[in-house]
Amino acid sequence: MNTDLAIETHNLGRIYTIRNRRERRVRREIVALQDVNLQIPRGELFGLLGPNGAGKTTLIKILTTLLAPTSGWARVAGYDVVREPQKIRPRINMVSGGESSGYGLLTVRENLWMFAQFYGLPSREANRRIEELLRRIGLEDRIHTKSSDLSTGLRQKMNIVRGFLTDPEILFLDEPTLGLDVNAARDVRRFVREWLDVHPDRTVLLTTHYMVEADELCDRVAIINQGQVLACDSPENLKRRLERDALFEIEITSPNGLTGAILEAIPGVRRALLTETNGGARLDLTLVADSALPDVISVLTERSVRVRHLTKREPTLEDVFVELVGKPMAEAEKREDEDEP
Amino acid sequence: MRRQWDTVWRSFRIATWLGWQIESNWTDPFLFAVYSMIKPLASAAILVVMYGVITNARFENPVFPYIYIGNAFYMYVGSVMVGVSWAVIDDREHYRTLKYLYIAPIRIPAYWLGRGIARFLTGSFAVLITMAAGVLFLRVPFHPAEVDWPLFLASLVLGVAMLAMMGLVLASISLMIAHHFFLIGEAVAGALYLLSGAIFPLEVLPPWLRPLGFAMPITYWLELIRRALLGDAARAFPTLAAFSNGQLLGILGGLTVLFGLIALFAFRWCDYQARERGLIDMTTNY
Ligand SMILES: Nc1ncnc2c1ncn2[C@@H]1O[C@H](COP(=O)(O)OP(=O)(O)OP(=O)(O)O)[C@@H](O)[C@H]1O
Ligand SMILES: [Mg+2]
Repeated sequence: MNTDLAIETHNLGRIYTIRNRRERRVRREIVALQDVNLQIPRGELFGLLGPNGAGKTTLIKILTTLLAPTSGWARVAGYDVVREPQKIRPRINMVSGGESSGYGLLTVRENLWMFAQFYGLPSREANRRIEELLRRIGLEDRIHTKSSDLSTGLRQKMNIVRGFLTDPEILFLDEPTLGLDVNAARDVRRFVREWLDVHPDRTVLLTTHYMVEADELCDRVAIINQGQVLACDSPENLKRRLERDALFEIEITSPNGLTGAILEAIPGVRRALLTETNGGARLDLTLVADSALPDVISVLTERSVRVRHLTKREPTLEDVFVELVGKPMAEAEKREDEDEP
Repeated sequence: MRRQWDTVWRSFRIATWLGWQIESNWTDPFLFAVYSMIKPLASAAILVVMYGVITNARFENPVFPYIYIGNAFYMYVGSVMVGVSWAVIDDREHYRTLKYLYIAPIRIPAYWLGRGIARFLTGSFAVLITMAAGVLFLRVPFHPAEVDWPLFLASLVLGVAMLAMMGLVLASISLMIAHHFFLIGEAVAGALYLLSGAIFPLEVLPPWLRPLGFAMPITYWLELIRRALLGDAARAFPTLAAFSNGQLLGILGGLTVLFGLIALFAFRWCDYQARERGLIDMTTNY
């Protein structure tokens, strides 16, 4: 057992069994997580990046002792999540975004104070922290507001403060900026970063399906899709894998029957993704080298497709995702809708 | 050990505070008082009217105080048993806090009991009001000097503890079931109303249902309360006449301990199942 690791998982898996409503004997199995191996040292801000249904929440639930795994094991703060949940709980906290939880009839301060009490925090210390954290997240003027009177976004900020209030060794943030407007999301990201600057020995595991969030905020990112971790490294290293490729973004007029497959047939074109935009299309090209570009342009001209705008750009995590999964994240998300009847 | 009790006490104490905040969340205290009086009185009134119609208004018959007291104290079932179990559904579906409570370093059963305390207090108020109305307006016999106060208090304490344990069993079950069963508490309370001699002696039940009535601690509890308050008049019914007060207390105590153990195992098992199946933060709009 390595005590320097805040979180460690070994071949962690989770299968949900769903019984059919009408015929109870008919069962369907959903593999939500499969052979997940992670080692997260203390002090790290670790990101889990993946589309809807990737298994992010499932992983967080297992690590926060809400859900039992169906295979493998996991340790949090050095303790086994199945056998020693009582050892883990005082050391962690969790916040889920995109939901409004809390006792609406209590004020912001009362809600937070109560949760601090459950963790055995002395009242005076709790109140001091509440004021400080509310100030830092920009909610101090609402301290005496009934939480039912808060907008969804402000309620989420209160919920985020609840997570930090108990000064957890390991904090789990499940899509903390989901549903927040741009400014509020920026507040929250800055808040998380600042907290870690002040408490460098604390660990944060954050899930997101925003590429930029993972890129900007996280020390290391695991890209997860359909329950499997496909890559795990710092954002810089993940992007560096693509550095030898040349990435171009070309805005064109209507594609005139052009498809990605036609372009991918050109030697030197590793990937071509065509997305319809209003009044035209966008072409995302991954070339082995700049020298493949003229061939692409001539194919476009043959089909009388006009180029409106051409940029060469740096790789992003989105490109990494496409490289690993074969399609952009927005498309990987569709899988779930197709599954459901 | 010491730490464990700290946790239990902390969970219970804060939950009591929260329960009271929720229960007394009436912007207008006057409205609150009126509401908590009208509801129990209305239900007692229905019973009285029904009794009057069926028996041609024979309110002097000892059956009447038997029924009236049974009904009044049965309100504790609704407040304590249902109150304790309701916390699960309330926290999960309404406040969406169940998962945050679950991962906090608290003892969940102690938390549930704490949430029930406020309901116990408002329930006591309802029982008191109903009894007062019965004594003042319906000539339910009540002579403070003749009441067996020690027996009454002992029965009340044991009875409330027993109801709280039954509430824990229901709460544990609620941990595992979906929202559309949210009336489970009310349903159980309704069924037990007929099975535990609250408004008629067990002899009225079909013979095959009677054993169930005898297995219910509420049956013995209501009998004890009646005996403590009414004295010999309570023995007008043969159901439990063969038992002395001491024996009844013993049975009630034994059943309370038994339900306490059942509650402990029910919680362990349901908690385990809920974690295995991922039901703890399940909400209906999933
Ligand atoms: N309680 C459950 N019962 C059955 N299937 C479930 C349950 N919870 C999640 N799933 C399924 O498991 C898979 C992973 O879900 P999970 O919620 O972990 O994904 P996620 O990455 O958090 O997605 P999102 O971005 O939508 O929150 C999905 O296919 C989902 O439908
Ligand atoms: Mg999720």
